Amino acid sequence: MKTWLDAWPVYRQLTGSDPLGRGKAARSKATEAVVSRTATADRIAKSVCPYCAVGCAQNVYLKDEKIVQIEGNPDSPVNRGRLCPKGSASKSLVTSPTRVTKIRYRRPNGTEWEDLDLDTAMEMIADRVLEARRKTWQDVDAEGRTLRRNMGIASLGGATLDNEENYLMKKLYSALGAIQIENQARI
Amino acid sequence: MPGLGASFGRGGATNTQQDLANADCIVIEGSNMAECHPVGFQWVTEAKARGAKVIHIDPRFTRTSAVADLHVPLRAGSDIVFLGALVNHVLSNDLYFKEYVVAYTNAATIIGAEFQDTEDLDGLFSGFDPETQHYDQKSWQYEPDETGADGISEDQPGEAQQQERLSQKGAVKDAKQAEAAGSGGPPLHGKGKRDETLQHPRTVFQILKRHFARYTPEMVSEVCGIEPEAFAKVAEWVTANSGRERTTAWVYSVGWTQHTVGAQYIRTASILQALLGNMGRPGGGIMALRGHASIQGSTDIPTLFNLLPGYLPMPHAHQHQSLDEYTAEAAGTGGFWGNQRSYMVSLLKAWWGDAAQPENDFCFDYLPRIDGDHSSYRTISDMVAGKVTGYFLVGENPAVGHPNSRMNRLGLANLEWLVVRDLQEIESASFWYDAPEIETGELVTEQIATEVFLMPAASHVEKEGTFTQTQRMLQWRDKAVEPPGDARSDLWFYYHLGRILRERLKDSTDPRDRPLLDLTWEYPTHGETADPDAEAILREINGFGPDGEPLSSYMQMKDDGSTSGGCWIYCGVYADGVNQAARRKPRQEQNEVAPEWGWAWPLNRRILYSRASADPEGKPWSERKKYVWWDEAAGRWDSTGDVPDFEATKRPDYVPPDGARAQDAIGGADPFVMQSDGKAWLFAPKGVVDGPLPAHYEPAESPVENPLYGVQSNPAKEQIRAPWNRTHPPQSDVFPYAFTTYRLTEHHTAGSMSRTLPYLAELQPEFFVEVSPQLADERGLENGGWATVVTGRAAVEARVLVTERMRPLRLKGGRIVHQIGVPYHWGSQGVSTGDSGNDLLGITLDPNTHIQESKVATCDIRPGRRPRGPELLPFLEEYRRRAGMESGAIPVGGRAPVED
Repeated sequence: MKTWLDAWPVYRQLTGSDPLGRGKAARSKATEAVVSRTATADRIAKSVCPYCAVGCAQNVYLKDEKIVQIEGNPDSPVNRGRLCPKGSASKSLVTSPTRVTKIRYRRPNGTEWEDLDLDTAMEMIADRVLEARRKTWQDVDAEGRTLRRNMGIASLGGATLDNEENYLMKKLYSALGAIQIENQARI
Repeated sequence: MPGLGASFGRGGATNTQQDLANADCIVIEGSNMAECHPVGFQWVTEAKARGAKVIHIDPRFTRTSAVADLHVPLRAGSDIVFLGALVNHVLSNDLYFKEYVVAYTNAATIIGAEFQDTEDLDGLFSGFDPETQHYDQKSWQYEPDETGADGISEDQPGEAQQQERLSQKGAVKDAKQAEAAGSGGPPLHGKGKRDETLQHPRTVFQILKRHFARYTPEMVSEVCGIEPEAFAKVAEWVTANSGRERTTAWVYSVGWTQHTVGAQYIRTASILQALLGNMGRPGGGIMALRGHASIQGSTDIPTLFNLLPGYLPMPHAHQHQSLDEYTAEAAGTGGFWGNQRSYMVSLLKAWWGDAAQPENDFCFDYLPRIDGDHSSYRTISDMVAGKVTGYFLVGENPAVGHPNSRMNRLGLANLEWLVVRDLQEIESASFWYDAPEIETGELVTEQIATEVFLMPAASHVEKEGTFTQTQRMLQWRDKAVEPPGDARSDLWFYYHLGRILRERLKDSTDPRDRPLLDLTWEYPTHGETADPDAEAILREINGFGPDGEPLSSYMQMKDDGSTSGGCWIYCGVYADGVNQAARRKPRQEQNEVAPEWGWAWPLNRRILYSRASADPEGKPWSERKKYVWWDEAAGRWDSTGDVPDFEATKRPDYVPPDGARAQDAIGGADPFVMQSDGKAWLFAPKGVVDGPLPAHYEPAESPVENPLYGVQSNPAKEQIRAPWNRTHPPQSDVFPYAFTTYRLTEHHTAGSMSRTLPYLAELQPEFFVEVSPQLADERGLENGGWATVVTGRAAVEARVLVTERMRPLRLKGGRIVHQIGVPYHWGSQGVSTGDSGNDLLGITLDPNTHIQESKVATCDIRPGRRPRGPELLPFLEEYRRRAGMESGAIPVGGRAPVED
């Protein structure tokens, strides 16, 4: 009888030290049994929030090699463990069920998406890059000055690209003679 | 960021976010920091708790305003009048920091007699060519020093002059060499004659006084709509909190950059902060708050058409046919930019390794040349005209995120192929079936020939690498998990694409394939997906010495090919063979500057120009603001915890000998070590293409006339004329209201990283616009009801938020100007959908940066929803007709070229 009544929050409110039910009385056995995902994680990976430029350090909690939580890293001198609404939602950014995980292909004048495997897509893109480069190549301008470029390939990167990614992009594009290479940083 | 680059020598935030806590006054202008950089805002809160005054200057009352000591609403696009009036107040009332200004700025430098100011030419500076709409900067130069030590490199004076001459040509200016001042001020030969008493009428100081004399509190009231009492309070707080004992910090963001005079906004603040002696000091400086995780990194190691890594300019076909020509302009200049050849040769060695030899100019000729403006919007115009074959969109969503999104979508619809790499199916991938133009009939799915590859990308926790955040700090991220399915990092994509292309061409004898085949492209890979090792790439960026060991400093770089390095300003990130960006010593275990958390360029210096925190003799200006000082006993500079931004053992009394070059030409009391003359530039003889001083011009679309000059808007602004980019005439009755676009805390730019997440979509579920109660009355708008906002580009519908946070402003002659707030995050995909605010904007550009004016334009607003389907087209055409604009009609498919 006592046990049954104990499970009833109103009883705990009336008999305990928390008549308004805002603290202890509201805690059930189920509540007591809850353990935070950060406490049961197997390991923590160190990261940085991908949204704005404040540069908040993040702790990425993993269990069974799955991401279970992302929190601010309290060691950071910049964010001191804090995250904003976007940073706090970044676990749902990376585990979003609507993420694209398969290549989607739309043929010219097509009306729907089709499937394509990764290797095929890479080879098709390589074909197109070489063809665009060949078709629009300019060795010199009208006055004979070196151009060594093509005007057929353009690129626009977001500013969530890593430095290493931007570096390889600029290096490869320059070697290909592609110059219309831009970034969100312009915007 | 040429505004900061031309003023101080480097285009980056000068101080750290944490250092804001040391400020005695913080002015946030052109930024809604509390909502757009919420976690960084804790340092403003910290400063306030310590007694600092916080001022927010913004058209809208936001959560930043709510916690500021003072919110000053101003008309969007009028900041130069406000800042210029502060400059005038400081100069007229002798409130500038005299010793600092004389020693550390170019105030005492005398400008040549040919220079004419906007006061002389009613809104134009000397050198303007109305036909090309370009300035020739020849008449803006320093008067040469009579001692004859002009500093021009003796072995190549002719070459340097030739480069100077070429740099003034339109095609070269279009290529925006100005941005190359990102780390290294504009190259300048000779230090110029000086008058340390500041009395000579052609000293920068006296020119400045005359130039800003008409920028008065009354003008501020008439143009910005700011009451004189509010202006007086700002002026009092800012000046009382600057000087030996106190410092004021300035914070800006895209509220300043996204204007046709954006770089000049930043220049005005730079002038003010230099006059007040706030640069290079704790709690001072200019905090450029950048909008994305690695937007600073994306300019440092740029995917930008006009730059190579480390702000080295892309070679220009008209200027740079050889390495000697390329390096001639910088070769004779003072400051660290004088070593440009070493940085460039090291980059060429990093890219082409053993193939790069002195005999072949280190493969300089392998680089493609630019010969004009190839920036994003020009390229999109070319796409609409069918001139571009293929496009890579790598984490970018122009179909929603860019101004005049319709133009961007028309561009995508006229490509042969498009590769989109993203986390979600974004609007730039789905445009062929759900663009608004499909609904209007301007695009037809079956007629769009663009082949689309939507490639899933890895998220930030599924790849390793560095971001460079807003205070120039690189932070390493671990790879926590493998990306799902076909998702790959962009590093993977580009590495393997390069590998496949090289494989395809391996037997080619065509000389045009040599750059690709000789490229250093061997990177270790790991994991089952063969992801390239990002640390190996970071090591290449850092560079190696002749012994094959990582370099520790760009000062070790040589121009003889014995060193390599992919980005000279990042040299040191792998000092001692350690990934310095991965350092995570807890803040509690180190000093307040926290130099062992991550790594900041240059050389882990956290506050730039910190030599200026000491007086010319090397003693701190005050005990309270002590940061860097000369330690005579040790014979070196010391600091409270930072790496001093100065050569460690250069004495404060060092005077450069005649003919000294590069850093040796910088005196011991010259803190701005990237500038040719070591000074902060109040007057910019080079580096800013639309004037050596800021002048107020109205936005390209403005409801009012420019009361200061006969020139209405920036005479050097860039325009694109085409049916899909129509600009409103100034003071149009048809488009009587000003609007400004902005971000919400809960969403991120084009929305693909936030509208797709249920938590965030629930917090801000719907597109809305903010209007004042007075405007709501005037136009019959109801809170919570629908409104249609109309421009010559588009009509979008949104929920109405009637709020006193939007305040009508009273200008000259009692004229009332209403402003409308338009958040721009929505599109057709994701959990929360809606019209895109960016559709409303046209594209008119700042000539320095090629950045568009998206923080202010004009519009109409009316109650109710917009016309649907094809009915939208005559509705917009009728608006354009009434406003006296040209037609915006386009053929089906959208292929309509630029008209001029």
